[in-house]
Amino acid sequence: MTPDLECVDLVKRFGDTTAVDNVSFSVPPGSFFSILGPSGCGKTTIMRMIAGFLDPTTGDIRIKGGSVLDTPPNKRPVNMVFQHLALFPMMTIAENIGYGLRRRGMSKPEIARKVDEALERIGLPGIGARKVDELSGGQKQRVAIARCMVLEPDVLLLDEPLGALDLKLREHMKVELKALQAAFDTTFVYITHDQSEALVMSDQIAVMNAGRFEQVGTGQDLYYRPETPFVAGFIGDTNRWSGRIEKAEGGTLQLRTESGLAMRASGAGLAPGDMAEIFVRPEAIRLAATAEGLAGFDNHLSGTVTSILFNGAASRLLVQDAAGETLEVTLPQSGEFDRLKRGDMVHIGWGAGQATCFATGAAGAR
Amino acid sequence: MRNQSRVAFYLLLMPLVLWLGLLIIIPHIDMLLISLRERVSFGVYDRSLAQYEKALTEPLYLRTFARTAVMSVLATAITLLIAFPVAYYIAKMARGRLQQVLFLLCLIPFYVSELVRTFGWMILLRETGIVSNLLQWAGLADQPVEMLYTDATMMVGLVYTSMLFMVVPLVTTLESLDDSVIEAGYDLGGSGLSVLREIIIPHAMPGIVSGCIVVFMLSLGNYLTPTMLGGKDSLWFTEMIYNQFIVRSNWELGAAFGFMLLVLSSVIVWGMLRLTGRTLKETMG
Amino acid sequence: MIPTIPQSRTVRIVYGGYVALFFLYLALPLTVVAVFAFNDSQFPSLPWEGFTWNWFFGDTRPQIGVFHERGILGAVGTSAFVAACVAVLSVAVGTTNAFLFNRYDFRGKGLLYVLMLLPLVIPGIVLGISILVFSSTLANGIWDLAQMDIQALRPGLLLVILGQFSFITTIATLVISARLQKFDRTLEEAALNLGADRLTAVRTITLPFLAPAMIGAVVVAFLMSFENFNTTLMLVGSDAPLTIAMFDRLKEGSTPLLNAVSLLLMLGSSLLALMMILFQRRS
Repeated sequence: MTPDLECVDLVKRFGDTTAVDNVSFSVPPGSFFSILGPSGCGKTTIMRMIAGFLDPTTGDIRIKGGSVLDTPPNKRPVNMVFQHLALFPMMTIAENIGYGLRRRGMSKPEIARKVDEALERIGLPGIGARKVDELSGGQKQRVAIARCMVLEPDVLLLDEPLGALDLKLREHMKVELKALQAAFDTTFVYITHDQSEALVMSDQIAVMNAGRFEQVGTGQDLYYRPETPFVAGFIGDTNRWSGRIEKAEGGTLQLRTESGLAMRASGAGLAPGDMAEIFVRPEAIRLAATAEGLAGFDNHLSGTVTSILFNGAASRLLVQDAAGETLEVTLPQSGEFDRLKRGDMVHIGWGAGQATCFATGAAGAR
Repeated sequence: MRNQSRVAFYLLLMPLVLWLGLLIIIPHIDMLLISLRERVSFGVYDRSLAQYEKALTEPLYLRTFARTAVMSVLATAITLLIAFPVAYYIAKMARGRLQQVLFLLCLIPFYVSELVRTFGWMILLRETGIVSNLLQWAGLADQPVEMLYTDATMMVGLVYTSMLFMVVPLVTTLESLDDSVIEAGYDLGGSGLSVLREIIIPHAMPGIVSGCIVVFMLSLGNYLTPTMLGGKDSLWFTEMIYNQFIVRSNWELGAAFGFMLLVLSSVIVWGMLRLTGRTLKETMG
Repeated sequence: MIPTIPQSRTVRIVYGGYVALFFLYLALPLTVVAVFAFNDSQFPSLPWEGFTWNWFFGDTRPQIGVFHERGILGAVGTSAFVAACVAVLSVAVGTTNAFLFNRYDFRGKGLLYVLMLLPLVIPGIVLGISILVFSSTLANGIWDLAQMDIQALRPGLLLVILGQFSFITTIATLVISARLQKFDRTLEEAALNLGADRLTAVRTITLPFLAPAMIGAVVVAFLMSFENFNTTLMLVGSDAPLTIAMFDRLKEGSTPLLNAVSLLLMLGSSLLALMMILFQRRS
């Protein structure tokens, strides 16, 4: 099947800086594709090139197999939900949604019917006569999507549309957006710097950094099997050390961190003597009252609790080991550690498979 | 504390009331009263509508009145048409340094006296002026061409004089239009023309209205440009007011003319506000 | 049509050309005035008779320069005096107005605000005659009552100052109000909390905050007064400010002397305007 959207060797330079550096990807029909990256990584530039507001320096953009480089933005079969929505404040809701249909020269009754249908679909029937500023943030969001969807675009682009909403509403809209995407059965390309948005909604996520794609995969791929140090550090929280490899057998490595902590970890392409960066997630570390409870783990050590960062389900401990290294460890809420307090001795352990290593200075390490 | 605040309030109110009362309201009432009297003999006056009767029956007065109104509307329309693309260019096309420089270039000519600007046009357009010489040199004319003292020249001067007051409010409102709103218009399939009609102009409406009001007022009340650039046989209403007051010392008729000008400008300003559903406070404040 | 929307080359060139033409139109009259200030001829027009500084510094007939021409120098002085008075008065009243409208809610506030804006939509000449009419009514009334002739109420500098003040105050009020609106009231509350009384709080916190707007308003008021023509024309007495003096000479026929005065005027006001803009950008 031809992908709905395909970018081939896309490059965009502004003067001396390369905003987008040789990026290729394709998005299959009906999927939710996210580009995730810190601000300034070039994701907005990609989106604006797809929408037609920027010309790529080199490379090609194809929609349903055909190149759209020579198509002006008002003729491209893609529509965009802007960061601040860009609803037209001088028009009513119905006029906003009908704007694109009027441009296509559709008859008035037909437009009215389509607009009503769209309002029905986004769960806001009967608000057509209202002004834009009479709506709440979440309602505006839905209207902005409906305004694009009535045009039945091949691809809908969404430029951090949840950024302006407050936290509660943002959580709610994540679920809603996913549902809308399923209902409209349209390809969504979503850009964001918020990993939770990307992880929750997407079928595929591209992690972008400094103009390049670091890794493309499902949320699980990125979380469990990061391919670059950047992805390992960017997705989820992590403890991070650098150290030297002492022994390598198959995929399992024996290494020592700069502060002298010995550790077993996993990673490919590393030889004894290499410098490496090691990532261990707080939630991958098992906490126990006694050393016996951790017998099955490749790494174990004991330390004192220096701080309890209580945050309900997301609570953490800071544990300092004998060498002076501080680790962040997830505090399980199963009841056994409720009485833990600062200064207590605890035992912690983790498997070699949970400690991911990358050679220092490997591609993408920044 | 409460008392202190009351005293402060009255202290702040006083200058405003004195200013508006003594310099704006009472003088205008006085002017109205003077326009409503007729001199019977030396120092003796009667209440009458004679001045207005004279103003409205004498064809020269009436024609000048209508001409001034129509020409001012025309000058406003031309100014808007010329200024809009320029304001749009400054607000939306130019970026960074260029934008600032262009905006400043628009401002600076207008810190210079209107007299100087008019003088400039006279040097350019008179019989022995630059343009006339240029035309002869280029072989387009075989004798000096007099371009002063016509309506077209006067229009050039009027438009020039009020340009700033159109460009500035337009630039300000257009700048407040988010680029992404224009992009959304294109993204949803709009062409340049439909985006202009449905998005840009409705957004710029407040600027258009306030620009038009100010330009209209300035044209209507202009004295210098019509006197220096306009034709000898085509009077401007302000010239008639000046003549009655200073030359003929007929204050009664002059006051009536002044009042007519005031009513005309108020009606047109009010009409423009009504038409666009805006208030004076929003537009000027 | 913004830079991110692709446009054909022709459209962009035509548009750019139009804007260039517009700026040529703006610059043309002023440039011509400036250039002919240096023409070594009795007339500010072609033919070009050669370059001279005489219209600035000349002291022999027929080419008496600006700096030796008593009439013009006197008129500049008169204008500067009037402009200074108008600037100080209008900014003072503008400031009290701004505080009144920003800080107090009272019955009739809306009406007063509209009245405050009114001078902007009254033609300058009408403002002039109404003040002329009223002041002479007053003067006549006083004569009838007390047989006193109050010269100040006859056309002259006082009336010119009042006439210009009557509409420039509106502009000063708007400029200062705009800045006062942006003022964070909690700063004043913090000052009260730290032991200042109300007046001290305003003097030490609010007024310094307003200073850029007030200085801007002084400059704008000064320039507007200096170049005012319409209102002044109706109220002027024997001491003519510069614009009126130049107008009278222009009616008699122009010499490059007027160009020289104009050029100095342009330089002066652009300099003042630029200084103000730079100053405001900095703060």
